[in-house]
Amino acid sequence: MSASFVQDLASDAGDRAPRARKLFVVLVIGVFGMSMLALGTGASGVSVGDLILNVLRGDDMALRDRVVLFDIRLPRLAMGLLVGAALAVSGALMQGLFRNPLADPGLVGVGAGAGLGAVLAIVLGGFLPVGIAGVIGLHLVPFAAFLGGWGATLMLYAVSSRQGRTSVATMLLAGIALGALAGAATGILIYLADDRQLRDLTFWGMGSLGGASWQKMMMATPLILPVLVLSPMLARGLNMLALGEAAALHAGIEVERVKTLTILCVAAATGAAVAVAGGIGFIGIVVPHLLRLAVGPDHRYLLPNAALLGAILLVGADIIARLVVVPAELPIGIVTAVLGAPVFLFILLRSRGILDL
Amino acid sequence: MLTATNLTVRIGHRIILSAVDFQARAGAITAIVGPNGSGKTTLMRALTGEIAAEGELALNDTDVAGARPARLAAIRAVLPQATPLAFPFLVGEVVRLGLIAGLSAHDPNVATQALSAVGLSGFANRFYQELSGGEQQRVHLARALSQVWLPTGPDGPRWLFLDEPVASLDIGHQLMVMNIARGYADAGGGVVAVMHDLNLTAMFADSVALLGEGRILGTGKPADILTDALLSRAYHCTLRVNTPPAKGTYVLPQSATAA
Repeated sequence: MSASFVQDLASDAGDRAPRARKLFVVLVIGVFGMSMLALGTGASGVSVGDLILNVLRGDDMALRDRVVLFDIRLPRLAMGLLVGAALAVSGALMQGLFRNPLADPGLVGVGAGAGLGAVLAIVLGGFLPVGIAGVIGLHLVPFAAFLGGWGATLMLYAVSSRQGRTSVATMLLAGIALGALAGAATGILIYLADDRQLRDLTFWGMGSLGGASWQKMMMATPLILPVLVLSPMLARGLNMLALGEAAALHAGIEVERVKTLTILCVAAATGAAVAVAGGIGFIGIVVPHLLRLAVGPDHRYLLPNAALLGAILLVGADIIARLVVVPAELPIGIVTAVLGAPVFLFILLRSRGILDL
Repeated sequence: MLTATNLTVRIGHRIILSAVDFQARAGAITAIVGPNGSGKTTLMRALTGEIAAEGELALNDTDVAGARPARLAAIRAVLPQATPLAFPFLVGEVVRLGLIAGLSAHDPNVATQALSAVGLSGFANRFYQELSGGEQQRVHLARALSQVWLPTGPDGPRWLFLDEPVASLDIGHQLMVMNIARGYADAGGGVVAVMHDLNLTAMFADSVALLGEGRILGTGKPADILTDALLSRAYHCTLRVNTPPAKGTYVLPQSATAA
């Protein structure tokens, strides 16, 4: 999408809000369309058409079909929508906070912290007292990943804020340092891991929606859904932050409060998303970037649109991941990287003039 | 009325501003001049509440240090020296960011009028990043103007704080911007401007504060402050006011007539 094309479509007043609202409607329809596609696709060969026909004829659904639909495909779809929205929105929030279109939760150590938590759980989980292990059970890895991401964000904030003020430059540098540290600790643990653990680690690291279940949804939803619903309230503040902290303050924004809330939102959404789905890259960078080119950087529209487009793209990537090597499946992180990285590079090449990275 | 009493700003153990008394009244342009590093911008940042300062500071009887950002934003707009802009905003969107903050948000024509006032009619649909430095500076002036579009409100005058508003502009646009400030003050608003150009200061300011090494060297009418003695002391070179050079070419903004 070239800059001049974007310009031609904008109204004379230099206002892309009407287009952003139209895009929102299109994306809502897109979410429904992609969801139907996802429900009808899979290794078992059960199609949505068959299921609808069954219901219309009044037939009882075959037990196998019901299991496929309600216990496998539906939670997987719900998790794909939720995680995709969470990744895209936390990317947009982080980029708004850092005023840099390349900032991403993965960049400032949140992803690395979550990764360290997961690896700790996989490698050392066996040493937990039986009582605790029994309670946490299968959710140990996601839970530990969430705690790691949360801890990294809090530590980052403690390092880079002084007397209630946060230096974005310090935070970015501290994030890189924290990420390297978490990466090193992860490396040591991988060195200690046995073969079976290594395999778990590799697959978790590449990300997958394969482990989707209603229990995982129960764990992630309370953290992600409030962020999706409440983040547009930060939009005005993030818009003004694009002009720098001083300009935002002069325009009446409570800068420190906006920054604190944004960090909390990012930690909650990223931590929970990484926890249930592993490391899925590029959604958080590509989605906000595409939307900024199409309808502008106004966060009032960027955040809701990013949630929808992130959900569509991740569910779409998951369909591809399930189809290319049937009956096995690819880790979804590979799909998002293969699709996302070239798109991202293409955007950078085409719009170098206006982006001023 | 803007009243600052005994303002002192320290960064670490260094004193940047030392016991500065400063006043500006609505309906006038008050210029802050002084050499590089004399504390002009620091004074501006203290006056707008951006940095903490010891001393007393009140704008329209509002204590600046204790006021919430939204309260201050409703009575004054600030034009910084340089404003980074991270994302590909359109010019019209940047100007409307000022509208969101101010009290004229209900009036969709303000952004268009503000752009026209700074000579950028028809630029609303261009990408901000594609403009020249001087044009970008004027976009931000339009944004600041739309934040406090009406120079007076029911609760008193509105204020423009301009940090070197003409720094990156050609002489024609320098005059244009200073005339906008003049018009704002004449309509009852207050203007406080950090200035480098002493000729424009002499031409437009009603009152001048001369800074040197973090202290006020003098405040008063331009004719009383822009004197050989005070300027030579502040700028550490021998300056002579109202003295044409014996030879050579010079161009003064004072000689310009409206096109």
